[in-house]
Amino acid sequence: MNAALAEFWQNHIYQNFIAENRWKYLVSGLQNTFIITFFALLLGIVLGALVAVVRVSHDKSDRPGAVLKVLNAICKCYLTIIRGTPVMIQLLIMYFVIFGSVNISSVVVACFAFGINSGAYVAETIRSGIMSIDPGQMEAGRSLGLPYGMVMKNIILPQAVKNVLPALANEFIALLKETSVSGYIGLRDLTRGGDIIRSQTWDAFPPLLAVAVIYLILVLLIEKGIHAMERRLAQSDRG
Amino acid sequence: MIEVKNLEKSFGSVKVLNQLNLTINKGDKVVLVGPSGCGKSTFLRCLNLLEHPTGGEIYFEGQLVNGPDTDINQLRRKMGMVFQHFNLFPHLTVKQNITLAPVKLKLKTQQEADAQAMKLLERIGLADKADVYPNKLSGGQKQRIAIVRALAMDPDVLLFDEPTSALDPEMVGEVLELMKELADSGMTMVVVTHEMGFAREVANRVIFINEGKVQEDEPPQEFFTNPKNPRLREFLAKVL
Repeated sequence: MNAALAEFWQNHIYQNFIAENRWKYLVSGLQNTFIITFFALLLGIVLGALVAVVRVSHDKSDRPGAVLKVLNAICKCYLTIIRGTPVMIQLLIMYFVIFGSVNISSVVVACFAFGINSGAYVAETIRSGIMSIDPGQMEAGRSLGLPYGMVMKNIILPQAVKNVLPALANEFIALLKETSVSGYIGLRDLTRGGDIIRSQTWDAFPPLLAVAVIYLILVLLIEKGIHAMERRLAQSDRG
Repeated sequence: MIEVKNLEKSFGSVKVLNQLNLTINKGDKVVLVGPSGCGKSTFLRCLNLLEHPTGGEIYFEGQLVNGPDTDINQLRRKMGMVFQHFNLFPHLTVKQNITLAPVKLKLKTQQEADAQAMKLLERIGLADKADVYPNKLSGGQKQRIAIVRALAMDPDVLLFDEPTSALDPEMVGEVLELMKELADSGMTMVVVTHEMGFAREVANRVIFINEGKVQEDEPPQEFFTNPKNPRLREFLAKVL
């Protein structure tokens, strides 16, 4: 029994993770996954909120101005293209075409590609949040003399984002897992780290399982974080 | 203070306001009554451009309200509005509700606005609610705070759009009481309401709107005891 355990340790754990410091592939990969997810999330939320506000402002206005019409058309185009094509293709185009002739870190390219991709989904989520807010809120804000943008920022968006927090959490989780295709532009993220170990040891299960478990733990942590945030924001809901 | 000339408003093919003319002077307490759908709320919402008139002109303190070059935000600071459904900001505390606009518009510092908010809340006996969220308040308290929120901008006129229609009957009194106090302090008020008692007691002019026009514009005594317009007589017979 002991011998079997020792053999298991030697062949599967030691070889895959400890020998030649192979665990470092996972750690540095995780670091890149973190960086990409974080900045893509940031970019996605900013972009998504902006696009959502343009779309709502256009749709709710009785007679939208020329600038708003153009912006709305651009936003619609963006949503159609980004949501209609696979994120991997977008990543490849971003890396090999748009930044093809520029010497730029693949991590930065991935941040942009995933951020722009995420923005489209966040935009529609936040838009549905804004649509769910009683029009009386906008009227009350405007009747106090606040300009449209200020009412949006201080009154409508905080309530809208709160309402769609669970859907945003969903998008955050999806984003984290989608970054696993980053390996296609030669980027060493968590998934690629596990894959490199596999290619060295020819023992597929342990590194892939380790990668899967790490993703799962991260997702559970995100869920916990979002839940805490929801509870804090629900302060004003308790009757 | 407010001058309305040939005001028209159509929704699609429905003409809600039709060549409506009205002048409201400083210190006036005007109550607008009329059958539902007669356009009284629409008229009120046109005054601060929550609805865009399809014709005519509105002047507020000499400035054209519905002109293409009007800075409506500037004018709205001086025209407070109170809504049927209160429209307090649910994600902000009572005090934040009151101070948001004056602070964001840089009319007051946060300290000044806080002090003013507390003073206003004390005046209506709700100082202890300063840091609670609106969902903890009764309808009557919500509406009184909505009135205070409008007052925090130091408006020259207050517009009330059926301020007691969404309230439980026992809470109507406290809101009317506050409105009466405001009227006594000299505030110019334009009130759309079904509270005929309030109209009789507080208004100096009661106006009957029907078919998009002002049909009668009299002091309350005359309005209720000696109505001239036949449609108004019919209306009063139903509501009194």
